[in-house]
Amino acid sequence: MAESGARLLVADDNKVNRLLLARSLELQGHRVAMAENGLVALQMLRDERFDLLLLDMEMPEMTGFEVLEHLVVDLQLRDLPVIVTSSLEGVAHVARCIELGADDYLPKPVNPVLLRARINSSLEKKRLRDQQKELVRRFATAEVAHDLEQSGFALGGRRVTATVMFSDIRNFTSMVEAHGPEETIELLNTWYTLMFDAISGRGGVVNQMIGDGLMAVFGAPLPLAAPAAAAVRAAGDMLEMIELLNVERAAQRRPELAIGIGIASGEVIAGYTGTQARATYTCVGDTVNLAARLEAHTKVAQRAVLVDQATRDALGEATAVDALGAVALKGKAAPVAVFAPRLR
Amino acid sequence: MPVIDLATFSELQGSAGAEFVAELIGTFLEEAPLMLAELRAAQAAASAERFRRAAHSLKSNANTFGALRFGAMARELELGGLVADGAALDRLDAEYAAVAARLRSLRGG
Repeated sequence: MAESGARLLVADDNKVNRLLLARSLELQGHRVAMAENGLVALQMLRDERFDLLLLDMEMPEMTGFEVLEHLVVDLQLRDLPVIVTSSLEGVAHVARCIELGADDYLPKPVNPVLLRARINSSLEKKRLRDQQKELVRRFATAEVAHDLEQSGFALGGRRVTATVMFSDIRNFTSMVEAHGPEETIELLNTWYTLMFDAISGRGGVVNQMIGDGLMAVFGAPLPLAAPAAAAVRAAGDMLEMIELLNVERAAQRRPELAIGIGIASGEVIAGYTGTQARATYTCVGDTVNLAARLEAHTKVAQRAVLVDQATRDALGEATAVDALGAVALKGKAAPVAVFAPRLR
Repeated sequence: MPVIDLATFSELQGSAGAEFVAELIGTFLEEAPLMLAELRAAQAAASAERFRRAAHSLKSNANTFGALRFGAMARELELGGLVADGAALDRLDAEYAAVAARLRSLRGG
């Protein structure tokens, strides 16, 4: 993207610097507005939408440092890319700008070639961030999206106690053979939409979609009062939605859809994995494996929903549960106690 | 060292356009005397911060046009602070007069 035609704000109290920088940017195909000090710049940023700010440090009324301090705590503006342009000397100044959230630092007089490269790189980073935020909005609850924005996509794991759910469509392969490709994708989309709705309605987060299956987490990244109960209630909602969908499908003389759901609770290692540009919230550990094995076992047990001992214990006596005894599951050395909640 | 480094100056013209640089010189010739006056006022008021800022601005603009000696003198004042005596400011004024004359002729030609 050479000439992106972005909307930029130049903040510099020195008129020569301001005009020259604006000129360089206009020659590179951008639309440019100017501010003669930090206070004016901040006001303009709050009033209008800009793609990027070029910020001088030494300014009357409000310095560039103070502008950066305001931006970093402003939810609307914290993701605005900032390139500092300054002739302040000393690496300490550069370090302070970067610490305060500036994307880049260009010494004055600004080299036009370097300027172009830095601006394009910052705009590209912003585009990826916007895309990531959009993905998060699409695949997570508003709370999680907010948590992600707050934490600034900090990568890195931590141990959390959570409830993990796996679900997939039974006999999906044979359904694909019965349907055409368009119909298959349409079915998957309908299924995803319904399942997302049920899961996020109970405070869970869908963090993986694998073909005809999905994985969801309850209780992380944000704590949930009773994650196990929330997951089981979500499972109930999911089954109810599938029933409604099947009524519709029966009317269209289409085969019935069946799903399996496995739920396990315990410690997981959770965190955002990937790169700064593209990260996903993921959970790994024994609890995750167990939930996946339980989901696979639903076909054998002929029950729609299976949960582990920890989930069963967390549910308390209020929820009716059938104890199915200890079952040998793939990947588990000892047999595992399996329970089937009576949901419908 | 020439008053204006022509390599820097023509690079500026190449990247921003000669016509625009002519306008920019006009802006500089309006702004620089104010900054020089601010430098003296800051010294009289013993305001180190104002003094440093004015010197900083002059340095920055000088280097833009290739007025390298003028820029170096302003930089010395920026880093040295208020210790500069009146003679240093007189020398800066004199250098500015030379820079302004050279820029006017470059703009005209």
